[in-house]
Amino acid sequence: MKVLNILQSVTEALDVMLEKDQNVIVYGEDVGVEGGVFRATEGLQKKFGVERVFDSPLAESAIVGTAVGMAVSGLRPVVEMQFSGFAYPAFNQIISHASRMRNRSRGRFETPMVIRMPYGGGINALEHHSESMEATWAHIPGLKVVIPSTPYDTKGLLISAIESNDTVIFMEPKRIYRAIKQEVKEGYYTIPIGKAKVVTPGKDVTIIAYGAMIREVQKAMVLLAKDGINAELIDLRTIYPLDKETIVNSIKKTGRVVFVSEGPTSFGVGAEIMAVANEEAFLHLEAPPKRVSGYDIIVPLPKGEHHYMQSPEKIYYEVKKTVEY
Amino acid sequence: MIEKYDPVNDEMFSILDNDGNVVNSQEMPELSDDHLLKAYKLMLFSRVADEMAVLYQRQGRMFTYPLNKGQEAIAAATGLSMRDDDWLVPAFRELGCYIAKGVTMSELYMYFMGYENGSLFKNAKNILPISVPIASQLLHATGIGYTLKLKKDDKVVVTFVGDGGTSEGDFHEALNFASVWKVPVVFIVQNNQYAISVPFKTQSASKSIAIKSVAYGIKGIQVDGNDYFAMKKVVEEAIDYSRSGNGPILIEAVTYRQGAHTTSDDPTKYRTKDEEDVWSCKDPLKRMKNYLITKGLWNDEEEEKIHKQFMKEIDSEFIKAENIKSYPAEDAFDYLYAEMPADLEEQKRYHLNFLKWKESRGVK
Ligand SMILES: Cc1ncc(C[n+]2csc(CCOP(=O)(O)OP(=O)(O)O)c2C)c(N)n1
Repeated sequence: MKVLNILQSVTEALDVMLEKDQNVIVYGEDVGVEGGVFRATEGLQKKFGVERVFDSPLAESAIVGTAVGMAVSGLRPVVEMQFSGFAYPAFNQIISHASRMRNRSRGRFETPMVIRMPYGGGINALEHHSESMEATWAHIPGLKVVIPSTPYDTKGLLISAIESNDTVIFMEPKRIYRAIKQEVKEGYYTIPIGKAKVVTPGKDVTIIAYGAMIREVQKAMVLLAKDGINAELIDLRTIYPLDKETIVNSIKKTGRVVFVSEGPTSFGVGAEIMAVANEEAFLHLEAPPKRVSGYDIIVPLPKGEHHYMQSPEKIYYEVKKTVEY
Repeated sequence: MIEKYDPVNDEMFSILDNDGNVVNSQEMPELSDDHLLKAYKLMLFSRVADEMAVLYQRQGRMFTYPLNKGQEAIAAATGLSMRDDDWLVPAFRELGCYIAKGVTMSELYMYFMGYENGSLFKNAKNILPISVPIASQLLHATGIGYTLKLKKDDKVVVTFVGDGGTSEGDFHEALNFASVWKVPVVFIVQNNQYAISVPFKTQSASKSIAIKSVAYGIKGIQVDGNDYFAMKKVVEEAIDYSRSGNGPILIEAVTYRQGAHTTSDDPTKYRTKDEEDVWSCKDPLKRMKNYLITKGLWNDEEEEKIHKQFMKEIDSEFIKAENIKSYPAEDAFDYLYAEMPADLEEQKRYHLNFLKWKESRGVK
């Protein structure tokens, strides 16, 4: 066991897989010499050489497009988008090719690749550095979308993502990159993609979240506990494929559901959860399902970001209303 | 002059040597003493504003800031060659150009303090806000160029990108469209040798950036970006050329980012002290200052006086920005649509109620 933060778990997972499988390669902007602007790939070039871990020119479309080519020809590229807000030049390659190659070639070709990207707000950043657009990726047929919230999960999920024969969008909650430390198993282990986790069992209300919002919900749960409200917290861990079973079982038990995320509300991940709640647990519901997520606005620059972010108070405010409904 | 410097020949246009002596006198632009002082002061102002920004950032009074240090001559020469109503489509490292256009330091500081209002550029004409997604802005420049051509308007567009940005598809698409449409756009690449940690040789296998112009069928030139006179001469000529209906032109300004990429970056991780020393000998301010001193237009006393005056001026601009304490919720909602959708109106109302509730609980 080693005590690691989320960033170090990313490095560990890459290290383990570069060691285990010669076909794994890692590249992107500033990924090689510098080890990434967040240092997620630090030390890997030294250890595995410039042919397997390297700096690419500055071009997201090219990074993903070449990865598609590598993947169909036998490699397993793990590429980095420096910030999720800069993945959009690669959108065409992701939606037109990475997600459809298997389908288009009737299973003859596949694109086993991972597109890593730090996402989310709350770090006082410049424009385009704070978005949470996971719903956009999850909406694309053919992609898997994974978002860890703890160091342990990060390592196990990233290893699974690298081993997956599908293209995985791996979104890293940069706001808590260094904020959470945890004992992490050494060497190789996996956590299955597509399985949510019940973080805290409870009986009064189901709260569903993922990524950096888990910690905010946990803070809200302290406030709720003071009011005698016993919430069940579910960490989705994978946005697509969605673990409906865990969600529905929990809602059937508590009768209430609040969804918390950072992304804009309309047409977001929460809309999907609400639909699942209504379609599969309607008769168990004792209050309308509720979304606590971003307004449909552009994440303001740091001085205005508090107007956008989901705070423990806001979560508390909405959960309490739902419980008292 | 641009004719003479065919990028295929791999020559760099310059006028001053590292000590500020004129070594290419037949190309020396004719500039009044007033202009020389104005230009030098603009460069000095940019440098002081940069140094103070780093200080404020270290004191936790400002967020991430991209430094201009070492690149001042490019922005100053460009800003002082543009007409007031010419369009500027910036990247994010052209401080002197913004200032020449009438942008205030307090606006720029506001932006880097985290207020959108810092992009309003109240008193500047025809300048787009800073563009963070690399190279995407170049296409806007080409589009503006089309408008100008269609409307038979004699303005030109000047746009900037870094050496790293030339790897993005947008760079190539913007140049291609601009050359096919033959629109009045001056593309200036600030080749400061690095894109964060990635050196130019890892970015491109081209001999230069200027040579890429050949493939687009347009003129291109490589110029010493640390030489105010060379920059001035080239940009002026390029603007004239584009304004006269000859289409776009590509300028590669060779320079060096003396500071960090931004205040969150540590360049010692990826470059050597030796390399930095070589480039600090080519510092654009030092070269221009030596020239001015030799000409009897400048001296150290004057410099010290102006330096102090700039520090005071810049600090008061900073404090003006710092004194803005609130960020009204409305600012987050009101500028997305010409007519706010009912849903968004509802979200705004909800938010204002939530703020009231929070206040009533004494939560900040
Ligand atoms: C599309 C996009 N990808 C990545 C980034 C992150 N990023 C910000 S600046 C930078 C390097 C830019 O280098 P260059 O174009 O040479 O300009 P310089 O910063 O050196 O002036 C990168 C990769 C970005 N802003 N936009």
